[in-house]
Amino acid sequence: MATYSTNEFKSGLKVMLDGDPASIVENEFVKPGKGQAFNRVKIRNLKTGRVIERTFKSGDTIEAADVVDVEMQYLYSDGEFWHFMQPESFEQVQADKPTVGDAAQWLKEQDVCLVTLWNGSPISIEPPHTVVLTIVETDPGVRGDTSGGGGKPAKLETGATVRVPLFVQQGERVKVNTRTGEYVSRA
Amino acid sequence: MTLATNSDWRPTASLDVLKLRAQMLARIRRFFLERDVLEVETPALSAAGATDPHLHSFTAQSALPGRAAVPRYLHTSPEFPMKRLLAAGSGSIYQICKVFRDGEMGRLHNPEFTMLEWYRVGLGYHELMDEVAELVTKALQGQRTLAPIQKLTYREAFMRACGVEPHGATTQELIDIARSRDIAVSGLSPEDRDGWRDLLLTRLVEPQLGNERLTFVYDYPASAAAAARVRTEEPPVAERFELYLDGVELANGFQELADQREQRDRFERDRIARERQGLPTIPIDERLIAALANGLPACSGVALGFDRLVMFAVGATSVGQVMTFPHDRA
Repeated sequence: MATYSTNEFKSGLKVMLDGDPASIVENEFVKPGKGQAFNRVKIRNLKTGRVIERTFKSGDTIEAADVVDVEMQYLYSDGEFWHFMQPESFEQVQADKPTVGDAAQWLKEQDVCLVTLWNGSPISIEPPHTVVLTIVETDPGVRGDTSGGGGKPAKLETGATVRVPLFVQQGERVKVNTRTGEYVSRA
Repeated sequence: MTLATNSDWRPTASLDVLKLRAQMLARIRRFFLERDVLEVETPALSAAGATDPHLHSFTAQSALPGRAAVPRYLHTSPEFPMKRLLAAGSGSIYQICKVFRDGEMGRLHNPEFTMLEWYRVGLGYHELMDEVAELVTKALQGQRTLAPIQKLTYREAFMRACGVEPHGATTQELIDIARSRDIAVSGLSPEDRDGWRDLLLTRLVEPQLGNERLTFVYDYPASAAAAARVRTEEPPVAERFELYLDGVELANGFQELADQREQRDRFERDRIARERQGLPTIPIDERLIAALANGLPACSGVALGFDRLVMFAVGATSVGQVMTFPHDRA
């Protein structure tokens, strides 16, 4: 079992925290004069996404986590699992619904995603920053009608709903920012 | 072979900061000139080193012709040779020099940093606190306006911040406070009373100190005495003080220990602690002991982190912003 000592702590280091894989977000060295040194650390639990704070006595060790981020191509979903493949090795992994989470609404076949693997199994999926999707359903949107405030809702081929400008029509392809869920431009 | 990344040949401090730094050094020298305190330079390399188990010295291999190769220690503070000067009759002295502490790096720490250290013959540590306040105020003139100085005993500071009496509290009482304040900590043994007290100090007490003014904390627990004289009362108290500004430790001062037997005892206790923690044994400074045996005049001394002083002057958030080249660029 590999371990890291506090003097190896740095942002991005993958560690085990109370049985869950986690990533160090922030590491602060604290030392009162002539006293005990500590590392005050913010750690993100990679399964729950929660960030917690913990103080370590300098010199203390923590278990290393076998966590890697791999670029993988999204293949398809059978409703139960979402399947991804590493293009070079053709190795495939499958992620269940809770693991895919919100990313599901942005996944388009062939798109390259960042898959976080813990001991070889996916624990989180990050879609590309932007994705191009077709609008499958939206109202025509009357020109000059600004009563809606900011555009109109549009349903995309993946099932996601995005607010788009009034001039954008059903059947058109649009580029969407997957982090904010906002319309970027027509594609 | 590693190649330096594109721009890391440049300094991390701006030219304006470097100019202010130079100005502050000039003010400090003028301050001591006016008070007849002599500037001295003592060796950074020594055959002896810091024995405190919380300090880690850089070592250098010396290979002088005709001599066996021996390790030498880069000083963590100029304290020992400065005390030898005092014992030899130098009178009040000060020094501005680089000191080296391995394993310490962060927003407020660089392994190599500038220390301003001075010793005042005939001044008690309370009078020295006043002088430190004067010097800091002068050095920060034009950069920071501060409210009147505050002085608190270590006990008062702890009582206000945690509601616990620090000298007598049991380890369990300290652990309970940490828990009640949701401080999650790993690696502290339930027997490590000093460790738990330091944890509460950094997390609960220090953030309340030096709020837009200079706060002195004095009279420390005997176990945290370092080089200070210990007053034998109940509980025994170390005549040590620390200066805080913006919740950050700026200076560490003492009514200096002059008893050579007590000093040797402390070195011995350090040696045992180092052995127990698997740390390397550091040779004791016998020349310091000999100087103390000869007689150290009653004096108080203080070590101040000059880089941090500059940080306060310019409002820097990390020590790299006030140094030419921090460790990773040196």
